[in-house]
Amino acid sequence: MTEIPNLVAFTPERLEKVKEIIARYPEGRQKSALLPVLHVAQEQWGWLSSEVMDYVAGILSIEPVEVYEVATFYTMYHLDPVGKHVIEYCRTGPCCLMGGEDVYGHLKQKLGIGAGETTSDGLFTLKEVECLAACGWGPVFQIREKYYMNLTNDRIDEIIEELSK
Amino acid sequence: MARKILTEHINIPGIESFDVYRQQGGYTAVEKAIKTMTPEEVVEEAKKSGVRGRGGAGFPMGMKWGFLAKPEGVPRYLVCNADESEPGTFKDHHLMKSIPHLLIEGMIISSFALGANKSFIYVRGELMYVIRILEKAIEEAKAKGFLGKNILGSGYDLELIVQPGGGAYICGEETALLESLEGKRGNPRNKPPFPAVKGLYQSPTVVNNVESISNMPWIINNGGDAYAAIGIGRSTGTKLISASGHIQKPGVYEIELGLSVDEFLNSDEYCGGIRKGHYLKALVAGGSSVPILPANLITKTANGEDRLMSYESLSDGGFATGTMLGSGGFIVFDETACIVRNTWNFSRFYHHESCGQCSPCREGTGWMEKVLHRIEHGHGSMHDIDLLVDISKKIEGNTICPLGDAAAWPVASAIRHFRDEFMWHITNPLEASQPGAVYQGEMALV
Ligand SMILES: NC(=O)C1=CN([C@@H]2O[C@H](COP(=O)(O)OP(=O)(O)OC[C@H]3O[C@@H](n4cnc5c(N)ncnc54)[C@H](O)[C@@H]3O)[C@@H](O)[C@H]2O)C=CC1
Ligand SMILES: Cc1cc2nc3c(=O)[nH]c(=O)nc-3n(C[C@H](O)[C@H](O)[C@H](O)COP(=O)(O)O)c2cc1C
Ligand code: SF4
Ligand code: FES
Repeated sequence: MTEIPNLVAFTPERLEKVKEIIARYPEGRQKSALLPVLHVAQEQWGWLSSEVMDYVAGILSIEPVEVYEVATFYTMYHLDPVGKHVIEYCRTGPCCLMGGEDVYGHLKQKLGIGAGETTSDGLFTLKEVECLAACGWGPVFQIREKYYMNLTNDRIDEIIEELSK
Repeated sequence: MARKILTEHINIPGIESFDVYRQQGGYTAVEKAIKTMTPEEVVEEAKKSGVRGRGGAGFPMGMKWGFLAKPEGVPRYLVCNADESEPGTFKDHHLMKSIPHLLIEGMIISSFALGANKSFIYVRGELMYVIRILEKAIEEAKAKGFLGKNILGSGYDLELIVQPGGGAYICGEETALLESLEGKRGNPRNKPPFPAVKGLYQSPTVVNNVESISNMPWIINNGGDAYAAIGIGRSTGTKLISASGHIQKPGVYEIELGLSVDEFLNSDEYCGGIRKGHYLKALVAGGSSVPILPANLITKTANGEDRLMSYESLSDGGFATGTMLGSGGFIVFDETACIVRNTWNFSRFYHHESCGQCSPCREGTGWMEKVLHRIEHGHGSMHDIDLLVDISKKIEGNTICPLGDAAAWPVASAIRHFRDEFMWHITNPLEASQPGAVYQGEMALV
């Protein structure tokens, strides 16, 4: 086991951003910053290790368990290392009506992995998610902040090729 | 052309910027409200408009504002619900990303009416790109003196904060949302007390949907009475409908309430009809949690009257032959859709999204998912159909929040209207469990 707690620190720009977030809530309500600060942490480290969660607890002056509770409840936080590109595809009804199951089948076959897995080169992780509020433009997946909509097999080939460069 | 209240300017190039929005008459309603009206007068216009909550429950917005407790020395909050996660619903996403200043303007007017000096827009975390659009719009509005300290020299201060969620459908339920905003897990609270009495940080709070709040600029500019003149009966104004599934033109449409379902579904101005070569089988009119209707009950009610897009007409016939307007998630199924598979998919969704606090919901949703999975995959028995009905009845009404009901209704209604299709899956397991296999028999009417 490698011990890295003292390596865990936000970059100066991110620390600035985190301080701004904390300052926007009423006095004594800094815990409200937890979800947004965890997003900033995930942006920096890609996933939330227990060291990172402990660090965030320290910054917000709350107990580490309050952070664990939240990080495990919400689906957007990755609790294990993930690939460089996390493809989060919508598996909910309306997207399936729009041909989702076939298109995602193609995606899995193309990457040679299933849901929850990462390619051996560490480039892609596949994650199944629920409705992304884009049902009329389905099938849909999301990679970081970007939505990819009206997916077809060809479109998927293009996207994967682009991101593999 | 139907009147547009929310989307009139949505396709104007650059409308996401302050300047273009302003050129189209944006922020005049803030000027009017803050400079010439008292907060009570703004609340009065909301009441007159009759506008009902567009998050799904349809509670009159002005009445809710009137219920807001106002104890001395305690801050009050306005929280906008932009968690939009109900399968089939994508209107708030469309509105916020296309015309962000409309919501910002509505938030300023509504916060002024309620006496809130710090207001929140809670956006589902997946829409981070929309959060950045909203934050930019807020900066612009602040730079022009419409937000921040002493707005337009009136002495009124307002700070707007955009809060991201973390990925959880349940955080759309208003009390779970407030827990989440306090930095906790999204476990719904018991109601009452309603947020209007005890909400964010235990202070009086109004929670309203994006679309509800976005109506306020028009209501202030034109008056609540003018708004109430649009629509039909107690379904006043317009409504954004998210249309998806097997139609020619999926998308978000603004309709005047009272439009016929037939026209919405089949005219070129809206959905443009079922996709070519196919025919209508079923409809979910108000997001995944409302009862599904079979083809014969969609454009006509059981009494043979035209079914309209309104709160009242869609629920005509109750749960036996009606459904609900809900969040306006209009999901259309043609004859290629397998009702059993879709019901299983929705059940899986609710099981995944149950917060786990109440056992009927936590256990019941898991159980329904399991039984539906086995029917869909060719291992069901006739007894399973009654079992599903029984489980759904045991969940309904026995939980802290309505997610339990939302999970029960789609299953109960699918069995009510499509029992033959469930039976076919059970009696023809090999055929039914083939990928893409769909029941071809006659549909049982009602
Ligand atoms: N837009 C979406 O993504 C989704 C929408 N929904 C919708 O949510 C609906 C259920 O929402 P709920 O908030 O549980 O309904 P509700 O009927 O309990 O409340 C509706 C609103 O009225 C307020 N209210 C009701 N009675 C009040 C009183 N006496 N005093 C003060 N305020 C009062 C509530 O605080 C709430 O803001 C469902 O009908 C469903 O359509 C459900 C899932 C997702
Ligand atoms: C499980 C569940 C999820 C909900 N999700 C949302 C949502 O995403 N957006 C929303 O506006 N209301 C949602 N609601 C309804 C809210 O609890 C609340 O009624 C609404 O935000 C009030 O605003 P309105 O009166 O303007 O509709 C949900 C309710 C439940 C039970
Ligand atoms: S009904 Fe379900 S989601 Fe709602 S509080 Fe109970 S367990 Fe949680
Ligand atoms: S069902 Fe996929 S985005 Fe809504």
